[in-house]
Amino acid sequence: MRRAYFTNNWVAALMVAPQLLIIFVFFYWPTSQAVYWAFTLEQPWGGGNTWVGFDNFRTVLSDPVYWGSVKVSVIFALASTALAMVMALILALFADRQLTGFKAYRIGMIWPYAVAAPAVGLAFRFVFNPNAGLFSYINTVIPDLWNPTLNGNQALLMVIIAGAWKLVSYNFIFFLAALQSIPRSLLEASAMDGARVLRRMRDVQLPLMAPTFFFILVINITDSFTDSFGIVDTLTNGGPARATDLMVYKIYADGFRGFDYSGAATQSIILMLLVIALTFVQFRYVERRVHYT
Amino acid sequence: MNRTMTSVAALGLALIGSAAAAEKVKFEYWYGLSGDLGAVVLETCNRFNASQDQYEAVCVGQDSYDAAVQNTIAAFRAGQHPTLVQSFDAGTADLMLSGEFYPVQQMMKDFGIEIDWANYFPGIANYYAASTGELFSMPFNSSTPMYYYNVDQFAKAGITVAPDTWEEMETAFNALKASGSTCPMAYAPSTWIDLEQFSMVHNVPVATNDNGYAGLDTTLEFNNTIHVKHMENIKRWLDEGLLQLRTTQSGVPARDAFLSGECAIFFSSIADHATVGKLAAEGFNWEVAMIPHYADFPRTNTVVGGASNWVLSKKTEEEYRAAAAYLAFLATPESEEFWVSNTGYIPVTKTGYDALLAKGFYNEKPYKNRDLALKSLNFTPPTNLTRGIRLGGMIQIRSEWTNEIDAALAGQKTMKEALDTAAERGNAILARFAKTYEGKTFP
Repeated sequence: MRRAYFTNNWVAALMVAPQLLIIFVFFYWPTSQAVYWAFTLEQPWGGGNTWVGFDNFRTVLSDPVYWGSVKVSVIFALASTALAMVMALILALFADRQLTGFKAYRIGMIWPYAVAAPAVGLAFRFVFNPNAGLFSYINTVIPDLWNPTLNGNQALLMVIIAGAWKLVSYNFIFFLAALQSIPRSLLEASAMDGARVLRRMRDVQLPLMAPTFFFILVINITDSFTDSFGIVDTLTNGGPARATDLMVYKIYADGFRGFDYSGAATQSIILMLLVIALTFVQFRYVERRVHYT
Repeated sequence: MNRTMTSVAALGLALIGSAAAAEKVKFEYWYGLSGDLGAVVLETCNRFNASQDQYEAVCVGQDSYDAAVQNTIAAFRAGQHPTLVQSFDAGTADLMLSGEFYPVQQMMKDFGIEIDWANYFPGIANYYAASTGELFSMPFNSSTPMYYYNVDQFAKAGITVAPDTWEEMETAFNALKASGSTCPMAYAPSTWIDLEQFSMVHNVPVATNDNGYAGLDTTLEFNNTIHVKHMENIKRWLDEGLLQLRTTQSGVPARDAFLSGECAIFFSSIADHATVGKLAAEGFNWEVAMIPHYADFPRTNTVVGGASNWVLSKKTEEEYRAAAAYLAFLATPESEEFWVSNTGYIPVTKTGYDALLAKGFYNEKPYKNRDLALKSLNFTPPTNLTRGIRLGGMIQIRSEWTNEIDAALAGQKTMKEALDTAAERGNAILARFAKTYEGKTFP
């Protein structure tokens, strides 16, 4: 493979400098602040702080409520990712079949991605409302069956569905692009060999989409851990009884609302390490099964 | 050509505008009220700016109490903070210990502005004062909780007098249910009403050290008071169908359930008085009453809720002079009347209240009986336990309480277990707060 080199390293440095500067200012610098706070007790109004070593980590990690939050976050990430990928895949497979009206449908599918998370939360608050929403019909059939304001599992289910709904359109775009990049000749050849629609999907289209699956998996998991704040904030406020208290929401609640900057910084560091570790595992073990060609 | 002319003209106008504005001393004021109430704050600012030509208040709404304090802290750390900020009770402890404020009583003295501090209702002034009695922040929007009831549904159930005790309240619930009401009361767990104000009315402690006023080594006490029995009653009433859960998360907040006529009673701040009056349908008969107490405990005063105005440190003398003028403007009886008649809040000074009484302000709709809130606030002189609550990490403690109450209401644990856990976890938060401010005491 041929490669191009800059003979003058200064030019190269100059080219990447803006990018590095932005990363430094918006990522490394705040992260280093958070790391520092995680080892101190920081006074919110900036009156100074005391070094406490690993005390904050000990406090957070020995708190059963924190582990409850980790558990809820993992369930949320796995469930909403699985749901979003399956839904998006089914939708993309049918959009790719070019049935009647698929163009309008394709555009309609992309819209939800432009909806902000808090708006998604508000919309679903109406849908799932046990007294007046669409789901209240369940309660007219079997009274008191649906009540996410008291039932933690139902509340979590509600957040998962809202979270997945938001991811579906993003996934859909990528899945559709992946399907359309599969050479028609392959599909036509397998059709000639007598493979019906479902068989072609299973044996030709899905294996060839593997790299896209992997990409979407990594993105969705990361996204569910870090970008689910708006939905929880509008839909449940982390309740009832912490049933939907995702890690990222807990960071906000403790740090910004509760003025416990150090505790929140500690939790951010742990969340960051967790996401790094998960991504590492995915690249190390899942990517092996992916064939790029 | 035309466009160039226009922009030159625009530039010229902008320059003239800024030159005119430069003569005035500007200061920033950040407030947390939003919606209708926020609009009234803004109008107050405009009235101030129109009333004189020396100073200009630049008033910025921050959408919520939470955000007002959060954003102010962030801005303060960057040296971009406002001179004046409206801060709510839960933000007080950190601000007091940081010392990054200019005590208002001192400031008014420094700028030679006469304010009769004894004129403020003691229940309100005490809350914002140092241990020496000096006022740290200026009382502004003051409220206290009440309960709102549907007069027609009460009449239908044969209830002629609004219940004053929880025992009478239970009888009323049952009477309402017997008369066909499916929701005698809309309930939403609220630390402010169910725990803090409830403890005030019964003169029982929320925490040691006189509810935190006397020191930082405070522990919570609410799991050993009448509060436990009350929360057990709430749970029982919910199970018996006398209360229905109506929270914001459930999509129908308590106030909406009350306004639609579904529920006969709901508890809320007196600040809702104006909103309920505005939203109530024609012919909807409603009243307010003081929150009940248990018959074994003689009633004591409730404490002030809402927020006060704080002057922050690290600003110029000019800005302080302007802020002082603004606070003096707010303290005039005319401003107080404007504020009180346009919102549901109550007057904070005795003269302000007397002036309104003399006008018969509280005899007629829509302000009728709004002064019951003042009666509740001034029911008895504040005791060591009803002066207020000064706890660090208050927002987190409130959230521990709410989460545990949720669990108990869902039947995951008993109410006593839930409150014990909430107190234990709250104590850890208090200890952490004390460690953060090690060696400091409330001024």
